[in-house]
Amino acid sequence: MTALASFVCGLIFGFGLLISGMTQPEKVLGFLDIFGRWDPTLAFVMVAALLISGIGFALARQRRRPVLAAQYLWPTRNDIDRTLVVGSILFGIGWGLVGLCPGPALVNLAGLTPNVMVFVLAMAAGMVIKDLWNRRVHSSIVVGNDAPSPSTDG
Amino acid sequence: MASFDPFSALLGGALIGFASVLLMILIGRIAGISGILGGCLALAAGDKVWRFAFVIGLILAPVASAFLGYPLPTPQMPASWVMIAIAGLLVGFGTRLGDGCTSGHGVCGIARLSARSIAATVIFMATAIVVVAIMRHGFGGRS
Repeated sequence: MTALASFVCGLIFGFGLLISGMTQPEKVLGFLDIFGRWDPTLAFVMVAALLISGIGFALARQRRRPVLAAQYLWPTRNDIDRTLVVGSILFGIGWGLVGLCPGPALVNLAGLTPNVMVFVLAMAAGMVIKDLWNRRVHSSIVVGNDAPSPSTDG
Repeated sequence: MASFDPFSALLGGALIGFASVLLMILIGRIAGISGILGGCLALAAGDKVWRFAFVIGLILAPVASAFLGYPLPTPQMPASWVMIAIAGLLVGFGTRLGDGCTSGHGVCGIARLSARSIAATVIFMATAIVVVAIMRHGFGGRS
């Protein structure tokens, strides 16, 4: 049941991205190109999305728990640390180079364009590299200096 | 160049917001695409079923929307595969390091008025604006 609910949410989310024009990198880059012919589409998309989600999240908080799960998993962190800043800069560089972020990249997979597949494979690789790197850092903290560190990779 | 259509932009944005609210009210999760996809690809076992379901929904959305008269437009991408691959790596690694992307920070996080998400959104947007300025107008180089 949760899977079906999640699937439907993904469908609606993807449909929203598609009709808003945000699956088209040229429209995203047009928004980011404030020194050229500026395309305000992304601003309109965000204002509408924020209005609905702002009101909707406030309503969600009126319920003690979600309909199909035991509890709400709201993010709890509110600190601005170095990894947030560095990660956001790296993401911003990649986003500015091609005009695709994760959601529109996945929606575009249905078009079976080779370029999109290259992007999604590289993006998935970037995520896996981050995961592997996390495990390495984590295992070296947990295990002491002298102890042979167990390989957690692969 | 694609023309600006404020109605589609507002309707599409509203649907994105609605889907984010629905995911929270139904299963209590934040609709952050990089986090959801990252969880699918994580080596550790975890709650992957709802994540894969959401990703499959995203991927099949254009198939459903084509029936409703909204076919997926062919995306314009750079010619260079090296450039596309580098951008993809940066987007994948960066969104996982920074704990979110345009959906998780830009929509869900700002809607919750999270200082962390507002900071992340300002940073990735400003960075992307600088990158586009350099790529298109060659600031610091020949224009």
